[in-house]
Amino acid sequence: MTSYNDERSGGGGGDDRGQDPSSGTLFNVNYRKHDDLKQMLDQNKDALKLEAMKRIIGMIAKGRNASGLFPAVVKNVASKNIEVKKLVYVYLERYAEEQQDLALLSISTFQRGLKDPNQLIRASALRVLSSIRVPIIVPIMMLSIKDCSNDMSPFVRKTAAHAIPKLYSLDPDQKENLIEIIEKLLNDRTTLVAGSVVMAFQEVCPERIDLVHRHYRKLCSLLVDVDEWGQIAILSMLTRYARTQFLDPNKNDDGIDEKDRPFYEEDEQSSEEEEKPKKPTYIMDHDHRLLLKSSKPLLQSRNAAVVMAVSQLYYHVAPRNEVSIVAKALVRLLRGRREVQAIVLQNIASMTLKGKGVFDPFLKSFYVRSTDPTHVRILKLEVLTNLASETNIAIILREFQTYVRSADKQFVAHTIQAIARCATNITEVTDTCLAGLVSLLSNRDEAVVAESVVVIKKLLQMNPSQHSDIIKHMAKLVDNIQVPMARASILWLIGEYSEFVPKIAPDVLRKVAKTFVSQENIVKLQILSLAAKLYVTNHKQTKLLTQYILQLAKYDQNYDIRDRARFIRHLIMPSQAVATGSIHKHAKKILLAPKPAPVLESPFKGRDTFQLGSLSHAISGEAAGYQRLPDFPEEQPDPTCRNVEVPKATSGENKKSLRKPNKKKSFYSDEESSSEEESSSGSEDSESDSDDSDSDDESDEGRTSDTEGPDSRISESDSVPPPKRKTERLKRVEESESSSEDESSSSEEEESSSESEEEIPKKSKVRRKVGKQEVNLLDLDDFAPPTLTTSTNQSTGIMMPVLAADLQGISLADSASDVTSVGATPTMETFELLHRVTGGGLSAVYRYPRSPCIYDDRMVTIALEFTNNGDAIVEDIRMGEKNLQSGLRVHDFTPIDKIEPGASHNVTFGVDFCDTTQPLHFKLCTAKRNFNVSIKIPVGELVLPIVMSQDNFVKQQGKLAGMNENRGKVVVQGEAKAICSKVTEIVNVARVPSTQEHVIRFAGKTSHGGSFLLITIETSTEQRQAQLCVNCDKMVICSIIFKQIKEKLAS
Amino acid sequence: MIHSLFMVNSHHDIFMEKHWKTAIKKSICDYFFEALEKASSPEDVPPVITTPHHYLISIYRERLYFVSVITKEVQPLFVIEFLHRIVDTFIDYFDECSERSIKDNYVVVYELLEEMLDNGYPLATESNILKELIKPPNILRSVVNTVTGQSNIADRLPTGQLSNIPWRRTGVKYAANEAYFDITEEVDAIIDRSGSVVFAEIQGSIDAVVKLSGMPDLNLSFVNPRLLDDVSFHPCVRYKRWESERVLSFVPPDGSFKLCSYHVGSQGMVSIPIYIRHNIHYAGSGGKFEITVGPRHTMGKVIEDLKISASMPKQVLNVNLLPTQGDYNFNPVEKELVWDVGKIMAGKPPVIRGMVSLQSGVPVPEEKPTLSVQFKIQQLSISGLRVNRLDMYGEKYKPFKGVKYITKAGKFQVRT
Repeated sequence: MTSYNDERSGGGGGDDRGQDPSSGTLFNVNYRKHDDLKQMLDQNKDALKLEAMKRIIGMIAKGRNASGLFPAVVKNVASKNIEVKKLVYVYLERYAEEQQDLALLSISTFQRGLKDPNQLIRASALRVLSSIRVPIIVPIMMLSIKDCSNDMSPFVRKTAAHAIPKLYSLDPDQKENLIEIIEKLLNDRTTLVAGSVVMAFQEVCPERIDLVHRHYRKLCSLLVDVDEWGQIAILSMLTRYARTQFLDPNKNDDGIDEKDRPFYEEDEQSSEEEEKPKKPTYIMDHDHRLLLKSSKPLLQSRNAAVVMAVSQLYYHVAPRNEVSIVAKALVRLLRGRREVQAIVLQNIASMTLKGKGVFDPFLKSFYVRSTDPTHVRILKLEVLTNLASETNIAIILREFQTYVRSADKQFVAHTIQAIARCATNITEVTDTCLAGLVSLLSNRDEAVVAESVVVIKKLLQMNPSQHSDIIKHMAKLVDNIQVPMARASILWLIGEYSEFVPKIAPDVLRKVAKTFVSQENIVKLQILSLAAKLYVTNHKQTKLLTQYILQLAKYDQNYDIRDRARFIRHLIMPSQAVATGSIHKHAKKILLAPKPAPVLESPFKGRDTFQLGSLSHAISGEAAGYQRLPDFPEEQPDPTCRNVEVPKATSGENKKSLRKPNKKKSFYSDEESSSEEESSSGSEDSESDSDDSDSDDESDEGRTSDTEGPDSRISESDSVPPPKRKTERLKRVEESESSSEDESSSSEEEESSSESEEEIPKKSKVRRKVGKQEVNLLDLDDFAPPTLTTSTNQSTGIMMPVLAADLQGISLADSASDVTSVGATPTMETFELLHRVTGGGLSAVYRYPRSPCIYDDRMVTIALEFTNNGDAIVEDIRMGEKNLQSGLRVHDFTPIDKIEPGASHNVTFGVDFCDTTQPLHFKLCTAKRNFNVSIKIPVGELVLPIVMSQDNFVKQQGKLAGMNENRGKVVVQGEAKAICSKVTEIVNVARVPSTQEHVIRFAGKTSHGGSFLLITIETSTEQRQAQLCVNCDKMVICSIIFKQIKEKLAS
Repeated sequence: MIHSLFMVNSHHDIFMEKHWKTAIKKSICDYFFEALEKASSPEDVPPVITTPHHYLISIYRERLYFVSVITKEVQPLFVIEFLHRIVDTFIDYFDECSERSIKDNYVVVYELLEEMLDNGYPLATESNILKELIKPPNILRSVVNTVTGQSNIADRLPTGQLSNIPWRRTGVKYAANEAYFDITEEVDAIIDRSGSVVFAEIQGSIDAVVKLSGMPDLNLSFVNPRLLDDVSFHPCVRYKRWESERVLSFVPPDGSFKLCSYHVGSQGMVSIPIYIRHNIHYAGSGGKFEITVGPRHTMGKVIEDLKISASMPKQVLNVNLLPTQGDYNFNPVEKELVWDVGKIMAGKPPVIRGMVSLQSGVPVPEEKPTLSVQFKIQQLSISGLRVNRLDMYGEKYKPFKGVKYITKAGKFQVRT
């Protein structure tokens, strides 16, 4: 491999980066060198070309001009060697703009590349084509982007989304066309594309909020699964969206006084529910709630930018009492990198300016460490100051005391300002702070003293009469202190409050008058004011001094001072010529007018007007392209615009967007679909098909899940009532009918290329829908318990898929509410309870008739058969003392009076095993003897079969993933029927009507807890292999049944 | 978004640049150098710098500056996170991120930058995908490449890019399937001069090395998950499972990664495993210096690698100390005193004491040095967090599992 510095040897040293003293010869050497590179590029050997390209890239990387090589490089754009090609692309992206005419030579290669069967090549061709920034090819780019936005590979579509802003920046006139493409891509459901297209939307047409309506819910639900960078783009877009579409959740809060907030904040957090009913006027829009809900988990992202994006969303959009949840996550970010820390602190500082309560519990996290860089320290101080309140001021001040001793003087100065701000904000501690600050006046460091003086001056203004001793103390400092700002402050103080220090003031004036000439301008101005004020109040003592100072000032170099001097002179001692006198009379009033105490403001004030987390916020000024976050609208815009209607033509697309944001589920379903994609792009084994259908069904059922999903609040928000859903279903089937003609062609396509499969799901899903109807009906023959509805289907349904769908909808609604149990094939296998030898002639066997228990629906029915093998009558057989494990319940069988020798008697009883396999021990009593017997139930008998639709099955299966799933390959003997009987032999389950012949599903639920037990067997053509999957809430049952079935199937 | 990227070394030389849009002149970095000169230390450069037409967002890592040029409004954290991700990727590829390694691998670096950003917007950032696109360099491969003329660039699209598990590639195979988890906890604390704890909290992270074949689905559960106050996850972890069951359920990326980091709140009491007594006085031209350190609440574990460092005031000319254990080092230029104590055994606590000589003629320093403490305790998680079990689903083999606990000092400071 060529090293970065290799050229030095190759090029005779002329190529050194700026370090070479002989860089004057650079050009000569370069020309020679370029010839050499050109030769290498012209040769046929890839290795040489690669070598040359690497060196050229090295030149680009160092920022040196390699544009002279353009013709030689561009020839290789069609190189077969992929690495050469890539490097040529890199070169083109850099230089095409400068050599537009020559760059055109390469266009045809890219156009060819766009038709390549390999999606990687298509994508990279589009990338380069859109990156070369040659205005002439705008139409070509437009076409290519359009084509690629329809590409079947999501990766290519993603690239197309990336290309949109590139084209837009090249030619803004294309905006309308580009918006069309964005609109189309917004329809895309792939997480891969979602982030990129939103980013393009933000760049090109952030004002077209109307485009988002239809995709709003989809984007919310996809949010968790999009990549980190996409999440950021979507979050910032949705923040803007929410600000235009929802009402201000804090509108009714406005009455609450900001200052009181910290007290109430905690109460609010704890008693949110109580708080709610108090403000009945505002009810949050469901979609608004959905946004907050679906973005909340992202606070746990590892990516600081994502956390920040969620935080700003909450800050700008959520009700005030909910903002507190972001605090923890933001504080966590403070542990991150230095740069992250700085930006996050800036944002926290802005947040704390408004709502203190949010960060109150994390006060200590803002303590300054000795290793923090100065700008971080200052930000931390700012936050601490903002957080200060009556309750915590004591700890904060103690902490500040430590900081004041720091060696970092800039930091100390900021600390002093912070103390002053605390003092003004919290009146209780003003005196304490002031005392502390005064003690700092004796600090050895002048900067500290100066800063203290400045802030003390500000503090004194609030209540000067009580602090004349401090003023005196400060007057003494004038002699020593050199920092101009501090001197100026002291002088101002003395002038303003000379009545408290009547003796000292003229003396101070005398001292400063002596040094007037050598003072800084700012001090001179204050000396002038001091003189004027004293002249007005203490005319006798200071007249001469004042005149002297004014005289000096008159010839000062600075015109401000000259100007001020003239003004003061005329104000206080008007010359006879212009003695109008009217102003002069008011001189005292003018000079000693009561001045309002300055408000000590945060240096970061004003920053909070910008959107949190934005660049503008960071630089505290409007950055290029910053868009002010709009205010909430006064009137709620039409919320129904987000409802997705179901136009026939695109029903395939839309039913997806109706899907509810059950995040957990979507996560899993994505896994499923990912396996789909993997299998389709990878080897085409026979399993891929079944995988497909699995995941498709999965996404289907998401739509039905809303009736009983865990987020009942959200499902309420669904404006599509169930009947409508049914009609939608109906429509979809209609559609499927119409598209069933395409079926054959689409399946052909599917075979022809493996990649095309990704595009097809829409169609193939529809096809499967049709298939489902058929199979459903046909399969009924061997499905034991036909219900009334399905039998009607049988007679008429085949001809009328529409009706069938309708009916299925009904049955689905039923099954969703309660899954009915059905009888199943009873096993005849019997187990011995009591051997006749031990039983003294009486023997007992039991079996599981698998009928629902008549005593209690949680019990398992056990049939007992007593046989009297002896020769005496056995009398009074009953159940005796039972040794019950916790939770077991038994319903005794009816006692048997007597059994004649040779006769037998059948009884049944019910046992509630609590879904465990713990054995039931009990005493079997006869008139004469007691026998200890026990019944151990096979796991398979703990289950009751249930009827379930395939949709529901897949839905339930989706819920039972992870630990509740056992999956594995098994060896299968026999055909599907044999498999069925084998499974039902072991487990008391019912078969689920399936649309796929090779997938056999069984459903049952445990008798006690009603947990679903779902068994899926996917047979494959090859070598009696099958995939067995058992899902059950009860992990033990799950694994035991898995094992048992596996053994049984292999036998 | 990111318009250009400049890499700057500690001598303020721009040694590499990359432009994703129209090239921007190097001279833009002058604004950055200006800010650099103003700052007292490299750490102190503000992350965002405004110039008349552009904005510079920079990070400082591994003694290099990465300066990105921005033209339009963007979330600064977005850029900062991304720059760090670039550095992480370099470290992942070249084991280190230095000027040397970047220059040596400039072609790979360029290819990486090309793949990671398209038009300034992140494209592929997951290391698993990148590694499929561009093979990391190693000696063997570079030999093979020179001999056969093959390249580092993969010919086909990585499967992960297309799937919804972008962090994991398919078809992973290992002979020995193993999964190791390192639970590292760092104690952040500020202890004031009187020895009372001003602030203490625990920052933990779980780093994993997972080498498992196929598509395993792992469940990691804790004995006491309620301890964890605030958790951030690798994207592979399912949020909902954590929220509902407090179980980390995930399909792991291949290789090593940070599974999650957590925070054990400052509200709960954190037991500080060591105590430090100090006595530092200045008088005239000298001063007394004494530090005693000893273990406390270590739950029977040994404190290792104990190191105490102090940044002495600039008036300190030299120190003359005598440690009872370990040795010390004083850098008279940086005024940095480091006492390397090593292991603390039971028995007599280590002490260092002696004299400090001060520059004469200048006032006695007012501030006392803050002590930074570093230590390590093996096989202990100071928060008491324990892994309950690790279950694997989706694959049939039995993986080898291991969990290691370690407690370290984080930002542990003692004010004197």
